[in-house]
Amino acid sequence: MASGVKDKVAILGMGCSRFGERWDASPEDLMLEAYNEAMQDAGITPDQLGAAWFSTHMDDVGAGRGGTPMSIALRLPNIGVTRVENFCAGGSEAIRAAVYAVAAGACDIAIALGVEKLKDTGYGGLPVATVGTYIPQWYPNAVAPANFAQVAAAYRYKHGVDPQTLKRAIAHVSVKSHANGAKNPKAHLRKPITEAQCLSAPIIAAPLGLFDCCGVSDGAAAAIVTTPDIARGLGKRDLVTFKALQVACSNGWEMQSNGWDGSYFHTARIAAKRAYAEAGVERPRDEISLTEVHDCFSITELVTMEDLFLSDEGSAVRDVLDGDFDAEGRAPCQIDGGLKCFGHPVGASGIRMLYEIYLQLNGRAGARQLRNPKLGLIHNLGGQPSQNVCAVSIVGREGA
Amino acid sequence: MIGITGFGAYVPRLRLPREAAAQANAWYAPQFVSRKGARAFANWDEDSVTMAVAAARDCLGPSEHRSHVRAVLLATNTPPFAERLNSAIIAGALTLDDDIEAADLGGSQRVALTALTQGIARATAFPGDVLVLAADRRKARPGSAQELEYGDGAAAALIGRDNVLAEFLGSAALSVDFVDHFRATGQETDYHWEERWVRDEGVSKLMPKAVAGALRQAGVTAAQVDHFLFPTSFARMDAEIAKTCGFSGEAVAASLMERIGDCGAAHGLLMLADVLERAKPGEIILLAGFGGGAQAIVLRATPLVETFKPQRGVRAWIARGKEDRSYTRFLSFGGQLQLERGMRGEQDRKTALSTAWRHRSALLGLVAGKCRVTGSVHFPPSRLSYDPQGPLQDTQEPYKLADRPARVLSWSAEYLSYHPSPPHHYGQIDFDGGGRILMDFTDLDVGEVDSGTPMEMVFRIKDIDSLRGYVRYFWKATPARDA
Repeated sequence: MASGVKDKVAILGMGCSRFGERWDASPEDLMLEAYNEAMQDAGITPDQLGAAWFSTHMDDVGAGRGGTPMSIALRLPNIGVTRVENFCAGGSEAIRAAVYAVAAGACDIAIALGVEKLKDTGYGGLPVATVGTYIPQWYPNAVAPANFAQVAAAYRYKHGVDPQTLKRAIAHVSVKSHANGAKNPKAHLRKPITEAQCLSAPIIAAPLGLFDCCGVSDGAAAAIVTTPDIARGLGKRDLVTFKALQVACSNGWEMQSNGWDGSYFHTARIAAKRAYAEAGVERPRDEISLTEVHDCFSITELVTMEDLFLSDEGSAVRDVLDGDFDAEGRAPCQIDGGLKCFGHPVGASGIRMLYEIYLQLNGRAGARQLRNPKLGLIHNLGGQPSQNVCAVSIVGREGA
Repeated sequence: MIGITGFGAYVPRLRLPREAAAQANAWYAPQFVSRKGARAFANWDEDSVTMAVAAARDCLGPSEHRSHVRAVLLATNTPPFAERLNSAIIAGALTLDDDIEAADLGGSQRVALTALTQGIARATAFPGDVLVLAADRRKARPGSAQELEYGDGAAAALIGRDNVLAEFLGSAALSVDFVDHFRATGQETDYHWEERWVRDEGVSKLMPKAVAGALRQAGVTAAQVDHFLFPTSFARMDAEIAKTCGFSGEAVAASLMERIGDCGAAHGLLMLADVLERAKPGEIILLAGFGGGAQAIVLRATPLVETFKPQRGVRAWIARGKEDRSYTRFLSFGGQLQLERGMRGEQDRKTALSTAWRHRSALLGLVAGKCRVTGSVHFPPSRLSYDPQGPLQDTQEPYKLADRPARVLSWSAEYLSYHPSPPHHYGQIDFDGGGRILMDFTDLDVGEVDSGTPMEMVFRIKDIDSLRGYVRYFWKATPARDA
């Protein structure tokens, strides 16, 4: 039995660019913005970096392929830079690689950086992705909103939820994230919205309306990690350490067998169980102080509360409407606005989620600071409901 | 005995009322506003190949045993491909055996009759059945009379020696260069000469000669003919020819054109399928066709004629029509109106032909893999099968999904991407007996499906590669309707 990463690696510093429609910034500028903040926070110089992992998803519209875009943009001292790509979960993968490298003793200090430049496509929403030569010959020309909207249809069918109630519950998810995002100066969308606005918005993919979908943003985020001993040696106190890093990847079962009912994320449940085990979390509802989940669409966040065992199966609609995951609720979710409002620069999003939890655990979250959080959970999903990559990470104060 | 052993038809779902089209163009061509009836028009994802597949399925039924079909002849003047064997695409969709003969025929409005006699000749000389298909998706200039007269549709006739429903008695043809209309290679629309000349010098003189020749060969007198089938869009032309030939007025078969339009190369076989559904044993049927000359075929219904039922049949296809008054939709679906697609419509739809060939059975035939150990069904088929104890290797056997009942597991209808017929519906389909595919939906209305809705499979255009002129096909789900 592997001993896991718990408390073996600490965060030395983090940075995050302002997210949004960054007409002013190229991928290189966004990377530098996040890198400068992270390096300053860590208090180190480039020659102290041992290795780098670089996450970017859309290589044809963004930074480009390979590790060189990061190395060149940041003028890194010829260290190894490895590009990782795992759909929208690439940011978590970059972190995982950096943490593993430090935990293994392969290097003392590693950096994970994610960037996405999506606002040079000329249109809203994610660019159409290429998927090889076979899949396009049978698979629908699918788009993310309609892929995730399918969960709403299946969830409603399975649990007998009437369409209006589900629509109201997912509206609550977005209203809450907008309220949170309004307090975040780096967020893409900073205007509160009402439930009525949500319910009357144009339909993008039935039943998801405009406010059920996160926008796409330009942005970058970076995390510098090291061992707790080195961090202390560099003068750091009150360390934030990794408790669990788990990834589960679909193997085709959901998509090709008849066992999955379409109403939940199979991989999320697997990754969550493994993460709780690795972190030694036995009662998630009591122990997890806050979550940053992959709210690409409101319905995703709603069912994810069940997949993370923070709601009973079939109860997320009620729990959401009861405000359990609001800023004042029992387990605040997306206190930074989430993908919905902070924004979704794909390759950076997993690192952005960690950034918020890091700030919250350090008491540095400003107007949105929660009272004394101990453990934070990150749920970062890539792909689509029937085939995806799900990363669940848990971080907390050292010893928590 | 040799003759027709099965028949089927297909009429696309959409109906454009002629008056609606004429109203749209009334400022320009006011002479058409009083036109009655409707014309059938194909969805954006239908063409002569997909409609021929639908007619063939109507004829062959859900049977998995199709090795008796040894040849496919496709009669059409609107083949999607000038080179690429259209009939082989159809054979793939029908999961016919690889070692069959297939040919595309065209060039005249009576080409389906030629295909029938060629099919009869082949079935006489070689073992096995011949599947004769006819389909047309016709284009005419906006504002023309033809735009209102034409229709889209397909029909099928199976020729063989066993269980003959209508025995072949005789045939005659005149092949001459009488140019009532023409369309040069590469042109989209027909050029017609004056109708009065075509009636007087063409149809009235050539058709009776062919009919007389066919009756002579069949050894049948005109008075014996119970059904005279002559597709023509000229008013009362069929009755005039019947009179000239000595057929009774009651023998003149319904042309169906009022309700669906003139389906070109397919129309004669459509009428034949319609008549065969109601024919009595012993009745004599004369099928006539005009174009590049004239042709007539004489058949006699056998006692078995009442035992065969196509899956739906002509009248049921016609009855399920859905009125659509949108003239711009009609133009757009026919490729005659280029609507704004937005940047999302710029994506390249290039098809890797080597990939398509490697996976031809799954892509054209919707053939999945069924694990012989666990019974699990996999689409696309693969070397590894799921099993709770760990994957099993090389246990899958071909398993056809196209005719199995299915239901919606999950779905959405999205307005974000470019789609020729928004909203773009797709979802996960679960097949009774196993198998699941995330697939496109077609021929449905907003609000018509939900999780649990019964669906059936139709062979359709998947994508159009307008840059290279290629069309790729796959299967889609459509609500299972009674009619």
